[in-house]
Amino acid sequence: MLSKPDKVPADSAATPKVETVTPPRDVAVRLDGVTKRFGDTVALTEAWLQVRRGELMTLLGPSGCGKTTLLNLIAGFLTPENGEVFIDGALVTDVPTWERQIGIVFQNYALFPHMTVADNVAYGLKTRGLAPHEIARRVTDMLAMMKLTGLEDRKPRQLSGGQQQRVALARALVIQPKVLLLDEPFSALDKNLRGSMQVEVKEIQHRLGVTTVFVTHDQSEALSLSDRIAVVSEGRIRQIGTPQEIYRRPADRFVASFIGEGSVLQARLERIDSRDAAVRVGTKLVTVPAAPLAALSPGVLVDLFVRPEQLRLATDDPAFEGTVTTAVYQGDHVDLHIAAPHAASTRVLMRLSCQNAAPQAGSRIGIAVEGRDATAFPKEA
Amino acid sequence: MAQPRSARLLSLLGRLVVLAVLGFIILPALVVGIAAFNEKALLSFPPEHLSLRWFVNVFTYEDFQVGFRNGLIVTVAASSIALVAGAAFAFVLDRYSFNAKRFIEGLLLAPLVVPHFTIGLGFLILAAQVNMSRGFGVVILSHVALVLPFVLRSVHISLRNLDSKLELAAASLGARPGRVLLTVTAPLLLPGLFSGWLFAAILSFNEFTASLFVTSQQTQTLPVAMYNYVREYADPTMAALSVLYIVATATLLAIANKSLGLGKVLNVEQAR
Repeated sequence: MLSKPDKVPADSAATPKVETVTPPRDVAVRLDGVTKRFGDTVALTEAWLQVRRGELMTLLGPSGCGKTTLLNLIAGFLTPENGEVFIDGALVTDVPTWERQIGIVFQNYALFPHMTVADNVAYGLKTRGLAPHEIARRVTDMLAMMKLTGLEDRKPRQLSGGQQQRVALARALVIQPKVLLLDEPFSALDKNLRGSMQVEVKEIQHRLGVTTVFVTHDQSEALSLSDRIAVVSEGRIRQIGTPQEIYRRPADRFVASFIGEGSVLQARLERIDSRDAAVRVGTKLVTVPAAPLAALSPGVLVDLFVRPEQLRLATDDPAFEGTVTTAVYQGDHVDLHIAAPHAASTRVLMRLSCQNAAPQAGSRIGIAVEGRDATAFPKEA
Repeated sequence: MAQPRSARLLSLLGRLVVLAVLGFIILPALVVGIAAFNEKALLSFPPEHLSLRWFVNVFTYEDFQVGFRNGLIVTVAASSIALVAGAAFAFVLDRYSFNAKRFIEGLLLAPLVVPHFTIGLGFLILAAQVNMSRGFGVVILSHVALVLPFVLRSVHISLRNLDSKLELAAASLGARPGRVLLTVTAPLLLPGLFSGWLFAAILSFNEFTASLFVTSQQTQTLPVAMYNYVREYADPTMAALSVLYIVATATLLAIANKSLGLGKVLNVEQAR
């Protein structure tokens, strides 16, 4: 959090605090090749990321993947070894947190335990030296919007988990941040509350149009809330795209297996050109994106990654056959676990709607692969 | 459900042991407390007639008056200096990692293993070496060395219990480091700082061994004055003084408990 004093004029919001690099107007946060090390371990390697204005960008990955480091770099809690951070087009790599005008909500909310709800929300306005009546007005408005009216004089420990989260959001939003950072904000809530808070946060984010960077390890949360997702693993951003793109066109094996469910089938590469490739699974050809297979030549074995809903029952002309080992009733659908010689993973997962009578365990079935959304990857070394 | 006889016997024995241990701890204070009210000029037990004359003697004996005043000066000065120094060290040890960290930690906690008379003797020799007069300065310095580890520990534990995300949240809301310290860190550390100071004060006020070396006739603290008194007289004044000591300490802790909660003061409870 050290800053070079010459880069940080102390006062006056009118004078630009840092050099402005004629930004595209719609980019709110930009990371240019940011690298962060802790001692000998590299937490983040050359991260490039652009968050558009008003967008909800999710950093998704398993714990320890570097997503929180990325968030801390945007917040200014950490300074990168290499690369630059821009907020609203301004270079902020060496600008301290307190001058970045960001709002942050932590997993444990980090509400000031010795202050009332109203004082918590007013904190960021007081540091900005606003007039008391203006502070009171904004706090009242914000508390009303967050449905916290009447709780002004409570201490944080007298609130429920959901209320605490609302206060944390109110405290972060009342300063009208350039970017809102959410660090696993839902993981401390119980399951029912989590769902409704997610909807609420998404609505507020959309209504205020505040650029939001959201860190989570929960892929279903990421798919349902995000405008775009950056999948992070082992300190690298693996793929950036809309939830649909990430789900349907995973860039690599990690993204494919981390997002959603799926199975791996044994396949052979038949043709490859610059855009598409064709792989043979059983008796059928399936078209897949060429990019992940770029270095391979026809004839080699590859892993075909398919989602459960891309497999269907085929009475005549199936791609391959298998035996149902378990049928799991899920209410609106049935999950079939299938043992098949073509399976590279231990089982193949297939999802059928309950309208049709599902095959029983032990029955032998023919399976067809619906093309389009399958992706193939080179065999693991 | 009927318990086997052996189990009932064991549970009865257990209770007896607990009572005996508690009694053993309280007994000396009890005996001294009763002896303090003895009318005779003897430290005998039990007293035949009751009197408050020894309490009067405590307050009127000049050496005790001076000793009490000296003790207050030394205690307030030493524990306040130790609080500032200890808090600063605890902060550095908590927030930064550096090569000599273990060594410095060890050094700061060393007075816990160095006997008090060694510290007293050391300061006596040092003071003589640098031609320092045997005034309050050397007494206060030796007491700072004695109580510093306790303050350090107390503040260190409170710092560890403080969620650093609170400070980050404050910074994100536009607060500069100085403001974060004043509005978030300090208010939340206050119970820890106060408990550290209180411990230091109680220890310093009661300290005898090191004080015996470094005090002079003019600077002797209450325990040293008591020691000198005992060498000349054997009346229940000491017992009366003990009662006052116990009452004063208990009152202090009760006030601390009421205003801050003893759990917080003693740092056994997670600060929240």
